Parts: sequence; structure tokens; C-alpha cells
Amino acid sequence: MDSVKGRVHKYGDNVDTDVIIPARYLNTASHKELAAHCMEDIDKDFVNNVKEGDIMVAEKNFGCGSSREHAPIAIKASGISCVIASTFARIFYRNAINIGLPIMECDEAAHDIKDGDEVSVDFNTGIITNETTGKTYKAEPFPEFIQNIIAKGGLINYIK
Amino acid sequence: MGMTMSQKILAAHAGLDEVKAGQLIEAKLDMVLGNDVTSPVAINVFEGCNADSVFDKTKIAMVMDHFTPNKDIKSAQHCLQVRSFADKYEIKNYFDVGEMGIEHALLPEKGLVGPGSLVIGADSHTCTYGALGAFSTGVGSTDMAAGMISGKAWFKVPSAIKFVLTGKPAHWVSGKDIILHIIGEIGVDGALYKSMEFTGDGIEYLSIDDRLCIANMAIEAGAKNGIFPVDDVTREYCNGRFQGTPVEYTADEDAVYDETYTIDLSQLRPTVAFPHLPENTKTIDNVGEIKIDQVVIGSCTNGRLSDLRIAASVLKGKKIAKNVRCIILPGTQQIWLDAMHEGLFDIFVNAGAVVSTPTCGPCLGGHMGILAQGERAVSTTNRNFVGRMGHVDSEIYLASPAVAAASAITGYITDPAKV
Repeated sequence: MDSVKGRVHKYGDNVDTDVIIPARYLNTASHKELAAHCMEDIDKDFVNNVKEGDIMVAEKNFGCGSSREHAPIAIKASGISCVIASTFARIFYRNAINIGLPIMECDEAAHDIKDGDEVSVDFNTGIITNETTGKTYKAEPFPEFIQNIIAKGGLINYIK
Repeated sequence: MGMTMSQKILAAHAGLDEVKAGQLIEAKLDMVLGNDVTSPVAINVFEGCNADSVFDKTKIAMVMDHFTPNKDIKSAQHCLQVRSFADKYEIKNYFDVGEMGIEHALLPEKGLVGPGSLVIGADSHTCTYGALGAFSTGVGSTDMAAGMISGKAWFKVPSAIKFVLTGKPAHWVSGKDIILHIIGEIGVDGALYKSMEFTGDGIEYLSIDDRLCIANMAIEAGAKNGIFPVDDVTREYCNGRFQGTPVEYTADEDAVYDETYTIDLSQLRPTVAFPHLPENTKTIDNVGEIKIDQVVIGSCTNGRLSDLRIAASVLKGKKIAKNVRCIILPGTQQIWLDAMHEGLFDIFVNAGAVVSTPTCGPCLGGHMGILAQGERAVSTTNRNFVGRMGHVDSEIYLASPAVAAASAITGYITDPAKV
């Protein structure tokens, strides 16, 4: 998986894991059930609007709060192909890589890109392109081994 | 270049003489923790990669605390899965209903973590054990699974922020007020990816419970870990309790810190975090008139015996306000017994509060005290995110046990000095 392209779902600062997947749904580990409630407490229409390959963009400290791996799992299982943010909370960052959810840190892109924009991401170069406005942004691409973890769908598939 | 206290613990567990901020290392783990929410995901990963043994059955802890006693069939299935795994692999430190407590109250109490330990836990508040001079940090379930298999984890060595605590806190100012004040100063991402290292002559006035509360909420500033130096208070707590061998690390004189904050504890006031972030803090003098519906006293932040004693000292001989529910959750079975024998339960029940079995329960909107639309709670827990304790249109105000108890009496957020 070298690149993705999709429509943007945009959020603000400090999107926490409780709004990504409320704890009342943590009595299941089913990816499908988790995806059915993804973003429910911040954007109840998300699950109806999201399409396979869409991109999530948010500002600083995305994924703060709980260590629940259910949060990146829910986002990935909902069809999101990449999350772009100014910064990520550290446990979410690690969990996203470990379960194979592509993420990119890029402050400028996170500020500029608007809800509904069409955006493409090249994971090898770190180039983020807003196809709607034509503007491009440069994020730091992951080193090859991290890209491989993500491409294989997570750490466990990578090491097994 | 000198090392911080956190860096020294990481270096020792990686078999290195020295580490630097930003360096990637692989380190040996002294304890790997999971709960009833995160362990099932970890077990699925463990089984998915065809593992057939754990690295050390004495160095894994599984605590059934979030949705227990099981609130519904799905959570019961989760606990069944973990219980079966613990049986199969003879996990020594498996704690179920009857023995369990809230994980971060339980592990220190049982002596499973102590000075110099390196701990990962599939729960973000694993950073609590830094109060004892351990390096401990929250991870996800995949890291927990990898830790259970290999006994190791990779870390990016963190840089650190130093917090110099000076002076003696006034009456009614607790560890909770100190950490809320700090998060209010630096923000919910103020220590992102970093260590929060606490030092200074004010630490001698902080009990182990105060320190556990402060380190517990390091994650609410985005930190990788929070850590206290080991002193006589730590030694007294760990002596005869810690099952491992304590190793005391101290930061080098020339350790480099990204920033240093000096906080005069004598100037702090009881502090409350308003919805919907722990950084939205006000002192009790500036809260205004906030009417409440529920009070929660408990959690891995403030469910320890000293917290219950403070709440009882405020509630003694008083009555909970009409239309306010006050729910008290002792952190562990031992805390529950101690509180009962001290007569605290008589005070709580006579005041009109309820006392629960140990559980994370309402803190994460699990069970045992969910909020309705438009309701407000004062809670001694650690997060006040949107919908955290129930309805998406409910509100949580984070505070100390003293403020929570005082608020339960008046029905409004209240200064404990005024009841």
C-alpha cells in the first residue's frame, strides 16, 4: 500500500478515545461492532457518511485518553484509510502502528484541510495532496520497517 | 550527559550504561498488566500469532475491574475468556471478583510493583506506579500481548519535564489539587511523549496516596510516565510489601530537562477541572454556582483509604443534599475492609451515600452510576471528556475527595472549608 485517496472527515483538537469509541461499547472486541459506534459521541452521522477509503483529519493531540486499542481498530474497521493530525497522543500513535492504521503527523495539512475535501497521501514520500484545492504538504514518512508493519496490517502479522 | 530518573531505569532494563532522549531501545519488563477490557483483545492477538507460552507466569497481572461484577452478558464473556486464559497459562496474579480491586490501587497494595520496576500495562493509568519510583507506562493490547510472549517491549527514550514542588500544602489541598493545577498550567498535551519528573522539598509532605494520585494523572497531560524519587515515605510503604528487589534510582545532577516548573504547594487552593478537559481548571474560589446531581468518590485516582478518610471527615454527621446521589467506591477489598473497620461506612451510609464493591464502574461510563442527559457530576476520577460518565450531554467536574464530599452535602460545587 503506497498511497491512499479519499474524502475528509475533519475534527478539532484533543479528540479523545472516549468519543472515538465510548466505553459503553468496550464489552465487545468485534471489529465490526466497534466500527458501528465509531465517533458516535462527537459525530453521530459519521458511521452513516463514511465510505471505504475516506480520510480522517484532526488537529492536535488526536487520540488522547485511554489506551484502548479499540479506538484505532474502530477507525480502521469503519473504512478510514489514513488519519492525519497535527499531533497524536502517544499511546494512540503506538496502537495505530501496531494494528496497521496509517497515520501522518502534519501540522499545516491538519490546519488547512477542510471537511469534505478530497485528499491523497503518498506514504513513501510523505506528500499529502489536497486534490480539492491543489495544495500539497510534506509530512515525515515513516521509516521502511514501520511502513511494513502498517502494510502487513499490524505488528503481529509483521513478526509472525 | 546526565540521565533523568526515567532514563536510568530504562537503561538498566535495556542492559545499557547510558541512553539518550529519542533513542530506540528494547527493555526487559518486570510486570505486564491487563484488565477485563484490554486483556481479551491481547489474548486474541496472543492466540492469533500461535503463541503457546508466556514469558513468566509470575510477571503478568490480569485484573477484572472495569465492568465487574459483570454488568452484562458481553462483559461476562470477556471475563470468562480472560479467566480461561489465566487458568491455562497459570497466571499467578489473576484477580477476579472477591480478590480484585481497581488495578492501579491493587498492584501497589499487593507489592507487585515497586522502586526501580519497569512496567507496561494495557491501561493508560499504568503510569500510577511512578509514585513508587518505578517506570511504568500505558500501552495497547498488541503491546501487552507481545510483552506476555517475550517479556520485552521497545521504547523511545523520553525527554523530561521537571516539576520542583516546594512548600507544604494547606489543609484541604491534596495530591489531586496539585496534579489538576499542573495540568491546568501545561495543558492536556503539555507533556506529550515526555516524562514528568517530580522533585523538591515539598514531596516530603505528600503521602504515598497523594503521590499515586499525582502520577496517575500524568497521562492527562499526555505524558509517557510520571515519576517520584524514592524516600523514607516510599520505603516505609514498600518495606515488607514489595515482592521484588527495590532498586533506587536518582536523576543525575546534570540531567537535561526540556523545561522546569517550580510550584509552591503552600499557595495552591482546592482545584476543579470543568468539562470537558482536565486542563479546564479553576480554583474552588472561582467555580461559581454549579448545581450537581451526582458525586463519585473512588477510582484509580482517588479510591484509596486516605481518600475515604478525608471524605468521611467532611461527611461525618452531615446529610447528602436532596436529589444528589453520592456513590463511594473503595479501590480494593483491603481498602474496603479497612474503611469498614474504621467505621467510615457508618458515616457514609448515615449521610445518605452508597458504598459499592471495588470497580472502575462509573469513571468510564461502564456501570454503577451513569449520568442522564443534562446531569452534572463532581467526581474524584481522572477524565471529564464528553460522554465519559454517561449521556453525551452530561458533565463531569473533576475534584478531590474533600471537594466532592463537601459538594455532596450542599448540592453545589463547594469548598470543604465551608461545610
